[in-house]
Amino acid sequence: MDIILKNLPILVVITPLMMSLVVALSSNYITSWIISCLTTFVTFCFSLGLFFELQNVNLISYHLGNWIPPFGIEYVIDKVSIIPILIISSISFIATIFSIKFMMNEISLNLIPKTYCLWLLAIAGLMGLVTTADVFNLFVFLEISSLSSVALVAMGNKMDKKALTAAYNYLIIGAIGATFYVIGVGLLYSITGTLNMSDLADKLPMLGINKVVIAGFGFMIAGIMIKAAIFPLHIWLPSAYAFAPSSVSVLLAATATKASIYIIARISYTIFGGTFELYAIDDLRFFIILLSILAMFAGTIMAIYEKDIKRLLAHSSVAQIGYILLGISLATSSGVASGFIHLVNHALIKGGLFMSVVAMGYYLQKRVTIYSLSGIGKKMPITFFSFIICGLSLAGLPLTAGFISKLYLVKAAYDSEGVWLCFLILLSSALSLIYLWKMIEALWFNPDDNKDKKVKEIPEIYIPLVLIAFLNIYFGIDATIVTESSFSAAESLLKGINQ
Amino acid sequence: MIHEFLGIWNYWIVFILMMIGLYIVIAKKSLLKKIVGLSIFQTSVFLLYITFGKITGGTAPILTSLGDPIYSNPLPHVLILTAIVVGVATTALGLALVIKINSTYGSIDEDEISAIDLVEFHQNFPDRNLPNKK
Repeated sequence: MDIILKNLPILVVITPLMMSLVVALSSNYITSWIISCLTTFVTFCFSLGLFFELQNVNLISYHLGNWIPPFGIEYVIDKVSIIPILIISSISFIATIFSIKFMMNEISLNLIPKTYCLWLLAIAGLMGLVTTADVFNLFVFLEISSLSSVALVAMGNKMDKKALTAAYNYLIIGAIGATFYVIGVGLLYSITGTLNMSDLADKLPMLGINKVVIAGFGFMIAGIMIKAAIFPLHIWLPSAYAFAPSSVSVLLAATATKASIYIIARISYTIFGGTFELYAIDDLRFFIILLSILAMFAGTIMAIYEKDIKRLLAHSSVAQIGYILLGISLATSSGVASGFIHLVNHALIKGGLFMSVVAMGYYLQKRVTIYSLSGIGKKMPITFFSFIICGLSLAGLPLTAGFISKLYLVKAAYDSEGVWLCFLILLSSALSLIYLWKMIEALWFNPDDNKDKKVKEIPEIYIPLVLIAFLNIYFGIDATIVTESSFSAAESLLKGINQ
Repeated sequence: MIHEFLGIWNYWIVFILMMIGLYIVIAKKSLLKKIVGLSIFQTSVFLLYITFGKITGGTAPILTSLGDPIYSNPLPHVLILTAIVVGVATTALGLALVIKINSTYGSIDEDEISAIDLVEFHQNFPDRNLPNKK
């Protein structure tokens, strides 16, 4: 027991990584699903263990292979990284329970164990991304997660062959992003001689104004922004989410971009936090605020005009990523905290929306546009009800989780930038009601187009679906856990600047 | 001036290779050529790492009885070994996708593939809600 508790930081990464091999060898698809469920559950328990351990200490530093940090790889769990760790492990557990029904429907049965192998690899990559404190190790995990997600997206080719081109574009664009990141890491290494995040943070301010540091920062941030699908670099995201197998869309939409946004916060505040004054980084900050505003509006407007329902949700993800980035780029403690609150809530919202939408498309056996789902809500009332809850939460109605994050975001925007930013945030959330209503109208009020098809509820998915809808309401009523941990995350992130 | 320019010639090679690779990825229509471009792009980064690990006259970092030799920094080489593995995995996955695309679409040209997709979209939804593009 003691040895497990001591090695929790590495166990959350190693468990899915190792079990992915076991899953790949299992011959039966049900076995592979059960193993994956157990693995993600154990990972989730380990993350909870880390969470409770963090109540007493500020930071858990784990030295891989007992090498002392600047030389060896260090894993750091602090108030910041525990948030994405909990999001990824919990959502991946829920998504794994949810997945089997859709895997059986959309992927050849003999390929399902291999799909779960990739699934666990993707989770391992994401967990590694958020635990590691070594910038090159981060690159390796970035590639583990993105290569396995590419292969997962390509698994959708049994349903629609466009999944292949979507996966191809995801691969090419993602690889360019990762390579940009490595260039940045290389430049920083060449001038500081270290790869450890806190060591970099100590050494960078000592260099004074240095062109190599500027170039390194630019390359790293640009590379990760591609992975996080920040507005002008989001091209790969809608088709990758739309053509991926249903359960994969759920997993990716709820977790993948969150990890990348967390890395943006880590790079800009933990690594480069000490150099903020040196480089007068406020101008750049304004540029990123501008990008997030563009993302908010462009994503929402593209969603309004979109017919394909999974693409619509993906476009709305682009907009929501804009909100998260806006919060984080405000660089005040309430701003960063609101970004993290929305990071949590958006994972719940998008996970729930994708789950209910793919469940409603289950019997149609093809990719679903809004119109092919006409009137399906009446036949699947519980699924539709969860959809409505998550949808309202997306729009930010009171008593839902989305309201809390909008509230804190608007408050932080007002405090640091003024009324104009609040107005833009509220305007774009009002616009999001348009596409939300478009979906609700088609799903509930339109006449039934699928009378000849046998469409009924899928009871197998009630547990994950209702759970996630419940969480959306619960975190709207009692958001203490989320807000408190977000505020302590923001404080410990901004410590780097205020030194 | 010219001395400074030539003195860092390996950085120029890195820079030129990087731009060639990125250009191929962006400009070429063939999916296969894009993978080639990506490979060149990644290789240029490997060269970048190796370049700043090298010290003139430096040897391999091995303990000898001859005292302390000047040695090149071995860490960038090790990092690049990892990056090469990642690059190989990327290329392999990309090529696998290209093969699969070729067998489903019968083409690896970007324009032809999107033309095929568009035609099929119109066949599937003949009456309503055509996409706005083209």
